[in-house]
Amino acid sequence: MVGSGGMGGGLLENANPLIYERSGDRPVTAGEEDEQVPDSIDARTESSFLHLAHLIRSINDPEHPLTLEELNVVEQVRVQVSDPESTVAVAFTPTIPHCSMATLIGLSIKVKLLRSLPQRFKVIGGVRYISPLSSFHLVNKQLADKERVAAALENTHLLEVVNQCLSARS
Amino acid sequence: MKDSLVLLSRILAHPDSRCWFLAWNPAGTLLASCGGDRSVRIWGREGDSWVCRSVLCEGHQRTVRKVAWSPCGNYLASASFDATTCIWKKNEDDFECVTTLEGHENEVKSVAWAPSGNLLATCSRDKSVWVWEVDEEDEYECVSVLNSHTQDVKHVVWHPSQELLASASYDDTVKLYREEEDDWVCCATLEGHESTVWSLAFDPSGQRLASCSDDRTVRIWRQYLPGNEQGVACSGSEASWKCVCTLSGFHSRTIYDVAWCQLTGALATACGDDAIRVFEEDPGSDPQQPTFSLTAHVPQAHSQDVNCVAWNPKERGLLASCSDDGELAFWKYQPSEGI
Repeated sequence: MVGSGGMGGGLLENANPLIYERSGDRPVTAGEEDEQVPDSIDARTESSFLHLAHLIRSINDPEHPLTLEELNVVEQVRVQVSDPESTVAVAFTPTIPHCSMATLIGLSIKVKLLRSLPQRFKVIGGVRYISPLSSFHLVNKQLADKERVAAALENTHLLEVVNQCLSARS
Repeated sequence: MKDSLVLLSRILAHPDSRCWFLAWNPAGTLLASCGGDRSVRIWGREGDSWVCRSVLCEGHQRTVRKVAWSPCGNYLASASFDATTCIWKKNEDDFECVTTLEGHENEVKSVAWAPSGNLLATCSRDKSVWVWEVDEEDEYECVSVLNSHTQDVKHVVWHPSQELLASASYDDTVKLYREEEDDWVCCATLEGHESTVWSLAFDPSGQRLASCSDDRTVRIWRQYLPGNEQGVACSGSEASWKCVCTLSGFHSRTIYDVAWCQLTGALATACGDDAIRVFEEDPGSDPQQPTFSLTAHVPQAHSQDVNCVAWNPKERGLLASCSDDGELAFWKYQPSEGI
């Protein structure tokens, strides 16, 4: 589902991206340390919302040694979670309109959410990729198709690339 | 309405994995399931419970997406993301892989046997539908590669009595094919769905075809032969297919499967909102514009997406379903009085 090229060698799609400041590590609140308090995953509870946004913002860009947050690919306001309905939706913007990495970034965000959230959660509408180009519909349709995502994640090469995006950088 | 679909039993059929699809053998005595764990499992009844009779795990390197029994019940075909289709021969409780069909460029999404048992169809993300001919020596030969779809082909199904093949695709259309002068041709394209068409089911007569989609609707298509009384236009001797009913507003997410019971005519759906629903045609509704009512709805039938629903071919009202949570469930459908 992802075209060839991109990772490793070749020309960069965007050689000089604008770099944004990281918002720093999230402080752990007293409520989170108290194991008696049940964790609610909800955008309206500020700490959990920040936690989810933190999970996504630290994903590495496939092309640059930077995180999605540093490239402003993901903004916190575009994460919507509903605990009672077990749904989460994320919108992201690629660094340049023609970014061929959109599918890969979307897949990385989707995998991150699937690995982090309880299984009952549905990542609705796939992961929304916002772009002025009509091609964004094609990317969103692929990301929303669980059969294509399942098949893509059985591709060892592609899974390796996704895992690199999700690995913690020192 | 709440009690009309009753849970009989629930089994963790494919642990830590998705259960993608189910198929009853023609006698209705065995159920095959397949999943993300690369295996096919065969389930048989023992008293009131269902037990695993065989595990077929040697055939495929990746997810097994669909399974299909031959009309004689002696063969099972399995379609996999590893781009192959395996043909298994049944000897008592043992299954032996007798042939592996290769040729598709990538994931095989579906496989189906024609009612005669002499033809097999497969489809793939490579956008093609292949028709295979089977001879007495269990040799399979590809007789046609159909490239009518412009995207990933999700499902193939044969007409219950004729050699008419239907396919559903990521390109939002359904296509029908028949043999013409030693080759297979696309004879109809059904347009109307607004997103991926995931599955198809013919009604017992074969006159109608149900399709379900990512657009959260089920559409019922009806066949009109040349010279029909209703005046539906046909080109030459070709039959026309017209959408006569759309079930919308019932499902809140993608509908992954639709099953038309060959005994009762009840229509079941498997949905990404974790629910199973059953619809029945209203008695006395106009055949040219039929109406259907929701007669059963189990909102939390499974803890995750329901991927497949399958009516037992011999026992009225026995329904099997499976889910992303790896579970397989058996249900008894009892239509309420007065419908």
